[in-house]
Amino acid sequence: MQRIIDFILRYRTFILFLFLLSLSLMLTVRSHSFHRSKFFNSANWVSGIVYNSRDNITSYFKLKEENSLLLEENNKLRHLLFNRNFSDSVALDSAEVGYEVLAARIIKNSYANSENYLTINKGSAHGVSQDMGVITSTGILGIVEHSTKNYAAIQSVLNTNSNINAKIKNTNHFGSLTWNTDHFDVVQLEDIPRLVTLTVGDTIITGAMSSIFPEGIPIGVVNDFKLETSASFYTINVGLFNDMTNLSTAYVITNLSKPEIEELESNILDEQD
Amino acid sequence: MNRTNILIGIRFVLLILAQVLIFNDLNFYGFINPMVYIMFLFWYPIKENRVVFLLVCFLLGLSIDMFSDTTAIHAAATVSIAYFRGPMMRFVFGINYEFQSFRLAQASMVQQLTFLTLLILTHHTIFFTLEIFSFAHASLIMKKVMLTGIGTLVLCFLLRNLFSRDKE
Repeated sequence: MQRIIDFILRYRTFILFLFLLSLSLMLTVRSHSFHRSKFFNSANWVSGIVYNSRDNITSYFKLKEENSLLLEENNKLRHLLFNRNFSDSVALDSAEVGYEVLAARIIKNSYANSENYLTINKGSAHGVSQDMGVITSTGILGIVEHSTKNYAAIQSVLNTNSNINAKIKNTNHFGSLTWNTDHFDVVQLEDIPRLVTLTVGDTIITGAMSSIFPEGIPIGVVNDFKLETSASFYTINVGLFNDMTNLSTAYVITNLSKPEIEELESNILDEQD
Repeated sequence: MNRTNILIGIRFVLLILAQVLIFNDLNFYGFINPMVYIMFLFWYPIKENRVVFLLVCFLLGLSIDMFSDTTAIHAAATVSIAYFRGPMMRFVFGINYEFQSFRLAQASMVQQLTFLTLLILTHHTIFFTLEIFSFAHASLIMKKVMLTGIGTLVLCFLLRNLFSRDKE
């Protein structure tokens, strides 16, 4: 016993080093699945407060740019409003409302890593929860990964774990959107079958196959595509509409029929067991 | 709580804030974000309690991780260089460093630079290997280690000169 204690005391630094290293490796390896560790993300109150106070200062420098973005978006919405051919009362009927939108500020953004996350200043207190879609006025941004009371961490589309249902506009050919870490303005669309005729410049929008995003949110345009002779699927590079390096506001989308869809899907899974 | 400990505490907080508020958003050439918090290990007193030093460095890495959504990659890399700091110093400064009176400022510029380079190179290799997590991308890891390493080295060297206490 004495010798064991002696041994531990003599090598205590090395043992501590091994312990700390394996602890951090464990946390890292575990997080390489879709949902990462609950504790170590920037949606906690310490980093929330720090990033929020930075945003309070830096947001003033972007006001002009943001105003013109808002004006542009208002313009677009007015255009839609004036060209509608049904009256207001129908759309405001609660049975017709499928999605709710919540505006939030992006207080932390990153795009240089292989797994990028954003932090917004709205959390579970405002109704933000895991697996909600996040967009900006120009395009898609990511999916809520984890939320605390006042903040939420968002898995950006620029994340190797990201996998979003997308399709080619005006067709029903859908695939999944992934990122190969090469450029922060280009993502990849996979699983589009070779029988589809593609042209450079085709618009890519979100598909209807997931309960996270509503159908038809713009993502980007086809930059270039490749089709190996033996492959049955295209490899498509999609240039994003969003400038991921310059973001300040975002909208969180709540799908009101999501619980129902999930219940239905879990019923099917139960029956299969 | 003596003066050295207070100084270390202030340095700890300031380096974390500088890292997460300024250097994490630098994105020079699109991806170079110098990791200046390594200077904490460079400046840490040489006659350290190794157990405390390891724990403090783990905490430093974990705090950076918390701010940058990198789970515990910074922590793993920082703890590793904290453990190997002793051998590195022996390698760079020779047997001199064992003496009670040795101070970092006495070492030559080349020695200090070598020490800093060793710290940065080891840290970045571990960091980017864990971040990319696949040896299929060995060239990408090398590229990131080299370019970010150079960025970190330049900024750390500037910081060293800016805050060096022993001026001629």
